[in-house]
Amino acid sequence: MLGGLLLAASYLVWLERKLLARLQIRLGPNRCGIFGLLQPIADAVKLLTKEDIVPDAADGVIFRVAPAVVAMTAMLMFAVVPLGPEVRLFGRPVPMVISDLNVGLLYVFALSSLGVYGVALGGWAANSKFALLGGIRGAAQMISYELSLGLSLVPVVMLAGSFSLTAIVDAQAKVPFIVLQPISFVIFMLSAMAESKRIPFDLPEAESELGAGFHMEYSGMRFGLFFLGEYVHIQVLGALTAVFFLGGWHGPWLPPIVWLLIKIFIVAVIMIWIRGTLPRLRYDQLMALGWKVLIPVALVNIVLTGMFIQF
Amino acid sequence: MSILTILFYAIALLILAATAMAVTRRNMVHAVLYLVLSFFGTAMLFYLLGAPFLAALEIIIYAGAIMVLFLFMIMMLRLKKPPGMFFPAAQLLPAVLISAGFLVVSTALMGRTSAGWDAMAAAQADPTAFGIYLFQNHWLAVEIASMLLLVALVGAYLLGLRARRTTADPEEAS
Repeated sequence: MLGGLLLAASYLVWLERKLLARLQIRLGPNRCGIFGLLQPIADAVKLLTKEDIVPDAADGVIFRVAPAVVAMTAMLMFAVVPLGPEVRLFGRPVPMVISDLNVGLLYVFALSSLGVYGVALGGWAANSKFALLGGIRGAAQMISYELSLGLSLVPVVMLAGSFSLTAIVDAQAKVPFIVLQPISFVIFMLSAMAESKRIPFDLPEAESELGAGFHMEYSGMRFGLFFLGEYVHIQVLGALTAVFFLGGWHGPWLPPIVWLLIKIFIVAVIMIWIRGTLPRLRYDQLMALGWKVLIPVALVNIVLTGMFIQF
Repeated sequence: MSILTILFYAIALLILAATAMAVTRRNMVHAVLYLVLSFFGTAMLFYLLGAPFLAALEIIIYAGAIMVLFLFMIMMLRLKKPPGMFFPAAQLLPAVLISAGFLVVSTALMGRTSAGWDAMAAAQADPTAFGIYLFQNHWLAVEIASMLLLVALVGAYLLGLRARRTTADPEEAS
């Protein structure tokens, strides 16, 4: 499962480079293997063999740990995503989820809130102006959008009546929640994209103003870990969107896990598409969108859902 | 000694050590990180005692939100390490008084008979049971806490408002 996740992350990079290239009327990577299919492996080898530089002024331990925090929290989130209904293997029931916590949704939030530390500390520990600015922006952005992310999922929990991701998928056996909760879905997608720090919400990185933002001083595999974290995060968000709004593994004809993978793939492609299309937001626009639009709308949506359930 | 007991004491030790480190660090960011570690330990204790809901909330609210805000503030203000003695006497005295008072109160509470305490059984503390228990038995405490938070919110808003007015004044005068 972990191996699949990592391999998928590296090929997501390839997919993103290819799709972005098509959107910008370029060819994209095409030197390694046919269609550049071996490019991710070449990238990984390059990152692993590069020298790992820690700046003199940096705070050693924190500087080394921060990328691992980003990658770990993203990967651990996958532990509660249900891949399919329980299957029987050799007469024994085998659940298709690593850990079906009854607070699964809160577990996801806990990890996503811890991911902030990787960004903020990575920026701080490097002891460089640009990295610090990137770290501060990252922390502020992730705090703001975590609120709307959480609030957008409250109606889903209200409808499903449980925090467990398996129970949420089961509740969508007939109608996926995107039909019942279109507003929640939009808020969730916007906040999720802001949480994963991608264009149009990539202010912490902002290569045109901050160099590379919080991971500016990193090199080699530590830099790779930041990116691994980002692409695993995209998969996790795709999986969560599928679980919360698109009905999880439910779908006609095909086996459940294939449906889930298709849904994750569609969400990931849409996120790449948005990245290729939109410019970066300004900082005040970012904060205004989060605090003045998304959170009030999410709150009103919760009240409306409550009234709908009650009457 | 069962494995749970060993785990309990190991985690308790971790919490104590992390908190002690947090209090004595000079570098503010390191102090915050040790405090986060101690909150992690607390969450693990909650989980161990059969309250996964509380454990998740502990991490989301304390480790995830409040400490990130602290870190954010420290990074924004760029605090320098304070010179001189770490605990000035003027700060030490109130700290000692408060801890002594806490010690007295908690000893008195522990000395009471435990007959009237209706603690929940550890195994049934899933979110639903927890919510029902909290809002049926302790609704007054919940209301008081929410009132306190509301007051704090209004107060913070008022402070922000006043600051804005004073910055706007010189422009009007000129």
